[in-house]
Amino acid sequence: MADTAVHSDAHIEHAGHHTSTGLSNNKLAMWMFLGSECLLFGGLISTYMLYRGRHSANLGPDQVWDIPFTSSSSFVLLMSSLTMVLAVSSANRDDDRNTKVWLSVTALLGALFVAGQVYEFTSFYREGLGFTTSLFSSSFYTLTGFHGVHVSVGIIMLMSLVGMISKNKVVGDKKEVVELFGLYWHFVDVVWILIFTLVYLIPA
Amino acid sequence: MAIIERPSEEVALAPSSVPEVATPSTSYGIFRRPVETTGWKSWLFTIDHKKLGIMYGVVAMFFFIVGGIEALLIRLQLAGPNGTVLSADKYNQMFTMHATTMVFLFVMPMAAAFANYFVPLQIGARDVAFPRINAFGFWAFCFGGIFLNTSWFLGGAADGGWFMYAPNSSVAFSPSNGVDFWGLGLQITGIASLTGAINLIVTVINMRAPGMSLMKMPIFTWMVVVVQFLLLFAMPVITVALFMLMFQRSFDATFFSVEAGADPLLWQHLFWIFGHPEVYIIVLPSFGIVSEILPVFSKKPLFGYPLVVFSGAAIGFVGWGVWAHHMFASGLGPISVAAFSVATMAIAIPTGVKIVNWTMTMWGGKIKFTVPMLYAVGVIVQFTIGGLSGVTHSVAPSDTQQTDTYYIVAHFHYVIFGGAVLGLFAGFYYWWPKMFGKMLSERLGRWNFWLTIIGMNLTFGPMHVVGLQGQPRRMYVWTENRAGEGFFNIGFWNLVASIGSFVLALGVLTFLINVVISHRKGTAKAPLDPWDARSLEWITTSPPKEHNFDRIPTVGHLDEFFHRKYEDRGSGDHHEFHQVATGEEVVANEEAHAESHIHLPSPSYWPILLALSLPIMGYGIIFNLFLLFGGAVLALVSLYGWGLEPHTAGDDEFDPPTGAALEVAAHG
Repeated sequence: MADTAVHSDAHIEHAGHHTSTGLSNNKLAMWMFLGSECLLFGGLISTYMLYRGRHSANLGPDQVWDIPFTSSSSFVLLMSSLTMVLAVSSANRDDDRNTKVWLSVTALLGALFVAGQVYEFTSFYREGLGFTTSLFSSSFYTLTGFHGVHVSVGIIMLMSLVGMISKNKVVGDKKEVVELFGLYWHFVDVVWILIFTLVYLIPA
Repeated sequence: MAIIERPSEEVALAPSSVPEVATPSTSYGIFRRPVETTGWKSWLFTIDHKKLGIMYGVVAMFFFIVGGIEALLIRLQLAGPNGTVLSADKYNQMFTMHATTMVFLFVMPMAAAFANYFVPLQIGARDVAFPRINAFGFWAFCFGGIFLNTSWFLGGAADGGWFMYAPNSSVAFSPSNGVDFWGLGLQITGIASLTGAINLIVTVINMRAPGMSLMKMPIFTWMVVVVQFLLLFAMPVITVALFMLMFQRSFDATFFSVEAGADPLLWQHLFWIFGHPEVYIIVLPSFGIVSEILPVFSKKPLFGYPLVVFSGAAIGFVGWGVWAHHMFASGLGPISVAAFSVATMAIAIPTGVKIVNWTMTMWGGKIKFTVPMLYAVGVIVQFTIGGLSGVTHSVAPSDTQQTDTYYIVAHFHYVIFGGAVLGLFAGFYYWWPKMFGKMLSERLGRWNFWLTIIGMNLTFGPMHVVGLQGQPRRMYVWTENRAGEGFFNIGFWNLVASIGSFVLALGVLTFLINVVISHRKGTAKAPLDPWDARSLEWITTSPPKEHNFDRIPTVGHLDEFFHRKYEDRGSGDHHEFHQVATGEEVVANEEAHAESHIHLPSPSYWPILLALSLPIMGYGIIFNLFLLFGGAVLALVSLYGWGLEPHTAGDDEFDPPTGAALEVAAHG
């Protein structure tokens, strides 16, 4: 009887124990969400690939890209994946202090990336590449803008998580919550690798 | 009550294996958690999948009536030559909103109603994986639907057809805010679909009762899972398209402006990559319902269950590779056309497999033609007609002739009405006693069925004729001098279709009357197992208790309920089933072994508030950016409130306090 009580005690919404697959509900849901996100970015990337050649002669990818700069900001974003891994690893060791430190560093690196994007957009705009200048510019700003929003949302979530850990207000399994944030963050990074390759590195 | 406590011999021991969880004891905010179990609050803030399922059903039914009235106005306009009921402009809005309402606000949410209510019951779970997200999904759909329809009163509804082809839907051709409402409304209901999809997939993958392997899952649950995967991957594609349309209309982007060098087919591709899987999103839940009902009333197991499962999944896969058959007339080029033709023909195979399996299920069975069974058989017949005209579309040369004629309208109404809607009605009659503990009248149900069947064939049948005669879709009038003569006079057939639509409306009205009559005071309670059913949702009371099952059933068979009632006394391949228990006895046995300490998550304010922020932001984008800001603040507050809220209410949030707090009081 006590045994049955344990099983029915399993909180429905929260993670971990006693699911048909052994995977927690939260983690499975995050994977499903990321699967769906693939199609979102798939649609945006396809649109960009379709339109990247449609621009006036002097305002195309080859004229405006600053590859060294974007490479540096890409490097910053990739490093944030490393710090995210360190955060997850600290959380797994129940090391709240280092978890908070690494989450904050991740958020900082993310913010640096977003700042780079803002700088990049501004300089493109000064060169005359507005949102509605050409099909190329519209689809470029839409694609990278959506990615930037994803990073920004991630930064807000990371900072919220740091706050929640500080106040001990994390609902559910703390290790897993950090890991789920990590999944989202790595996904956003992987999408950037794709965008960087397809948008910046392949010559128009 | 959030915590259902039963007197138990043992003291509840905190098991040592459960990890320590830092759960705050009270929720945030100045409000007490809405833990009421009766009254309006118990519905508004509920996270119970059954209540949400019923609310999905009620709201979807409301939109069915709205969409139906729009359809009747269209048919009134077309009943005679030079119709004057609607102006050309209003007519455009009417067919756009009729289709949008029926697809997004009736069929999809009605399927979601059944999925919400029955998937947890069919897999032996106490709720879905994320009850609060479930509540959010319902409210997002509800507010999204209302938002979409307020466009009627705020400058006119969308008028570009439900596919909203761009650039025809850009500001130059559609200057009212209708298309903006349409795009944002679909974004909001799309969020609802996406969250619902994730929720149901996780529920089915992770929360099945012990012993229920995937191939022992009831077929309805299987079809729902396939649909949720389609939603999961189709929704983001339309999201991208809708965003680009919004940028085009509101922020002067030129994604679809051909004069700016845009590709005129971009919208069509994006829309139909979503739009064709959408067709299966619409029809597969009903296939699931039909596959549940046919075995019950044929007294035979579903013929070739694995084949039905796999053909459902195959439809799901191939459904991604046929979208361009909506675009044969757009000049795709011979290779694309040939490839999509073949793929379209191929998708008829798994669909045909299903129809064969349904027929074989009935073959040699002891068939009982109750109303749900009539509807299920109706699906087989009517959907087959629609499916066959569908195959004619896969032949590109023939399709090019039929594109944008009433023949297409005839086809998809046979598929959607004959396939999906009849299936949903089958579900109403079949599961009504389960959901409400009352039977719907069989006599009125027969009237309902026959009026519906006669009505739909009178309405949609003649559309084949007028379509092949060349009457275009979306034309707001037809004229006498071009109507033709003799048998193929489109005037006659248009009149027949219009009369049929009112017969159909009468059929739907009969259903509503049936509902009202069966719920009058004093009508007898439905028997526990009125149909001699087979699947897991019947191993509990009708309507089910808040916690669904007194004891989580352990599953040994597909058709578990049947196998608990009947024993196989045959040997080898020869089966001989003898009844060993009634449904009542099976349920009583479960109640006798009820589990103690069933914890259910508690109701919450945040899902409805978060959902409410979405239309506010929508109005903000259209009318005033300050409103957008206000909505965003509400969304942010709701998200933090949600994130910081424990899953179950603290004991002190009950009035009077329960559980641990009560114990402390008693001991202190």
